[in-house]
Amino acid sequence: MIPAAFEYVRAESAEEAVALLVEHGDDAKLIAGGHSLLPLMKLRLATPTVLVDIGRVPGLSYIEERGDEIAIGALARHHDLETSAVLKEQVPLLAATAHQVGDPQVRHRGTLGGTLAHGDPASDLPAAVLALGGTLVAQGPNGRREISALEFFRGFLETALGADEVLVEIRVPKAAGAGWSFQKFNRRAQDWAIVGVAAVVNGTTGIALVNMGSTPLRATAVEEAVRSGASVTDAAAAASQGTDPPSDVNASSEYRRHLATVLVRRALEEASS
Amino acid sequence: MVLVTVEVNGSSYQHEVEPRMLLVQYLRETLGLTGTNIGCDTSSCGACTVLLNGESVKSCTLLAVQADGAAIVTIEGLSGPDGALHPVQEAFHQHHALQCGYCTPGMVMAAVSLLAEEGELDERGVREGLEGNLCRCTGYHNIVRAVLACAGDRAPVGEVGAAGAAAS
Repeated sequence: MIPAAFEYVRAESAEEAVALLVEHGDDAKLIAGGHSLLPLMKLRLATPTVLVDIGRVPGLSYIEERGDEIAIGALARHHDLETSAVLKEQVPLLAATAHQVGDPQVRHRGTLGGTLAHGDPASDLPAAVLALGGTLVAQGPNGRREISALEFFRGFLETALGADEVLVEIRVPKAAGAGWSFQKFNRRAQDWAIVGVAAVVNGTTGIALVNMGSTPLRATAVEEAVRSGASVTDAAAAASQGTDPPSDVNASSEYRRHLATVLVRRALEEASS
Repeated sequence: MVLVTVEVNGSSYQHEVEPRMLLVQYLRETLGLTGTNIGCDTSSCGACTVLLNGESVKSCTLLAVQADGAAIVTIEGLSGPDGALHPVQEAFHQHHALQCGYCTPGMVMAAVSLLAEEGELDERGVREGLEGNLCRCTGYHNIVRAVLACAGDRAPVGEVGAAGAAAS
């Protein structure tokens, strides 16, 4: 399968990428690792006429401590995340979640910024960033702005990023001593999660769900139940509240609702142990 | 057309390519290196795995233009100048780690990358490390034996499989 023809331009900086997006408008699409976009282009479900390659922009692959947060350049790959000593120590949930994505070959190419900007509700890392209450930094024609992960995911494959913005940085709070868990249920190696749960217990409890609606979702009913002192089982029973899970070849919507309660319970148990 | 310069198996190449040309097409059709197979064409099966700057990637999900400036190794580039098999190829040969052979080039390249990245590997590590490669003959046991042999794992090969069944 070959993508439809397109014009290829390589950006050498985030500023240049923004300028190219402004120049080409809706016809342009950013590519970094390409592991979300290229499969869609090969199926001709995406047919951008201009591909702006930001994969070589220097200085956007860092993973570093910055005060109470870990700052991650948008081009850091899943492989960089899963092997990062600072991330394993400070935000182990994110390193462990990155290790669950796809397979080694995919993790050698896919980037954190790419998976967030793609906004697929079935992806693992968006839920982890959401559970952690991360902050996303977008660069546009008027400079940089910060977007809370809670405000970032707007709809199926839709995010708060403007058509002329580039995601440049992701920041998550340090959670070195926090309890955490990432639960991923699938039937075959390397598959997407049928349902997944990212949980971090760090004074407050953050829980996010994979593949339980058109976006990654915070399980706010569970979080409230935990805050009000409910048992793990009772809190987990609220896992499907406010969700709208899909029915597909892997599972019915009803089955996903059930799975969510099971996986949230396991996640809370593991994060609290 | 975009000018692409790559090093493949130690030789430099320069070609004008269409931006939409996939790396696997470039390797097979432009360079004639047909050892890299196309299997699923959807980045699931791993038959097209090559090394890009030393790391395993699926060349069906990479544009040739994205590989500009990179050093690529394909299955043809593994053996020594005298034609001697690479240790992983030799292990696949010794342990009969192939049946129809279609997945073998990708499986070998994924194993080379895995062995380079991981200091220690047990059976579970090998199975998880090769999760991006499918063998349509389901000949996984001997593939795992071969990779474990390269990893210097001293577990008796007869026990391979029991732990895998428990881990899966």
